[in-house]
Amino acid sequence: MSRRRVVVTGLGHVAPVGNDVATGWANIVAGKSGIGTITRFDASDLACQIAGEVRDFDITQYISAKDARRMDLFIHYGIAAALQAVADAGLDDIPGLDKTRVGVNIGSGIGGLPLIEETGVELQNGGPRKIGPFFIPGSLINLIAGHVTILKGYQGPSYGIVSACTTGAHCIGDAARLIQYGDADIMVAGGSEGAIARLGIGGFAAMKALSTRNDDPATSSRPWDKGRDGFVMGEGAGVVVLEDYEHAKARGARIYAELIGFGMSSDAHHITAPNADGPARGVKNALRDAGINPDEVQYVNAHGTSTPLGDANETEALKMAFGAHASKLAISSTKSMTGHLLGGAGGVEAVYSILAVHNQVAPPTINLFEQDVEGGCDLDYVPNTAREMPINVAISNSFGFGGTNGTLVFRRI
Amino acid sequence: MENIEQRVKKIVAEQLGVNEAEVKNESSFVDDLGADSLDTVELVMALEEEFECEIPDEEAEKITTVQQAIDYVSAHLNK
Repeated sequence: MSRRRVVVTGLGHVAPVGNDVATGWANIVAGKSGIGTITRFDASDLACQIAGEVRDFDITQYISAKDARRMDLFIHYGIAAALQAVADAGLDDIPGLDKTRVGVNIGSGIGGLPLIEETGVELQNGGPRKIGPFFIPGSLINLIAGHVTILKGYQGPSYGIVSACTTGAHCIGDAARLIQYGDADIMVAGGSEGAIARLGIGGFAAMKALSTRNDDPATSSRPWDKGRDGFVMGEGAGVVVLEDYEHAKARGARIYAELIGFGMSSDAHHITAPNADGPARGVKNALRDAGINPDEVQYVNAHGTSTPLGDANETEALKMAFGAHASKLAISSTKSMTGHLLGGAGGVEAVYSILAVHNQVAPPTINLFEQDVEGGCDLDYVPNTAREMPINVAISNSFGFGGTNGTLVFRRI
Repeated sequence: MENIEQRVKKIVAEQLGVNEAEVKNESSFVDDLGADSLDTVELVMALEEEFECEIPDEEAEKITTVQQAIDYVSAHLNK
């Protein structure tokens, strides 16, 4: 039996560069940074005082204020992006849609960290009676999927994968497999994060993982630049609607791209330090799954977090996976503009990769002032300006703590 | 200063996401105002907060209508 083909028919996105796909993509192509000084809380005593915050976001455009109060931000972002994607795909307009064949897989790296922090304080100050009844459902990771299924009546698979910064890519790739395998005809899939809290920023700062370029937030995320000094935390969500190709064709849906491959791997190396072999195998697995040769890929949306080790390592991994073709790839890190959305990164970056294929534009890596060639970052990172170019196949890389890797492959259709 | 009845109704409306006009003295949280079991727990916490009192669980379980909440608060306030 030949496996079913999976296409992308809807996109949704909430990010520091915009709270919908059109705004976000316009800013990404224009090379605008979404990073600024932290406003959500007083960060003056933290080593890192910058982040990519979602601004002017109104959850009551999507759900009631009463419901919104009972869940943490990462669920708000996930629901918003999911409902945008569902609307974009026109799923509500399909007469007689079999909702038992529609599922949701939206994960998060850390879940309700702000709510956990807040409730911890309430517990310390007021005792266990101060723990609200919505603390658990408001911070549980799979509750994004839970809420979306309840809001839309989708009765197929409902879950969320948790794999740190690979979460979004894993969710989308795994959801596609469910369609290929026949468990569902449509999957709403992606990743979300809302961890810009003292506990979140402080925690990553304690690992010395974050940029401390507090005096110049807009240039703080600078993948492959000599001056890179750590990642900048972002927040938000990216969600796509995946659909069985025949189902999409039969209803005349707009198809953005085909998801032709998904690969995973483990470094089996270290909890936080990367190695090149793991990501390279992830990429190779994805290309094999897609049934394509390395030289058929034109664009790579890199993991590219702006850490000294990680960026050089990914470059090495791409050389291992692509061989001589690596130097012909257009590679960019949209994290230079969004910051690192952790569990949401794979989601928004899938959206950007799909739009790169759909619009034939490679987004730029901004803040690439002095490329760190000596440090091993010697490929084409689409510096500072977006590039119109033929893109038949794009891949999106995600790597997470614990040494977990995921790569998605999208092809023009 | 609003009286207890007004303050209770305001909290009920806010917590359960309903119009204050819908909140009658005889309204049942679950049957009339659409509350579920988690909503009622949160409502009691909000009443405790507003009136700076502690409502024991066994008492809280008996508060199922707006009037019962008003009665409880009136009886236990400033004690």
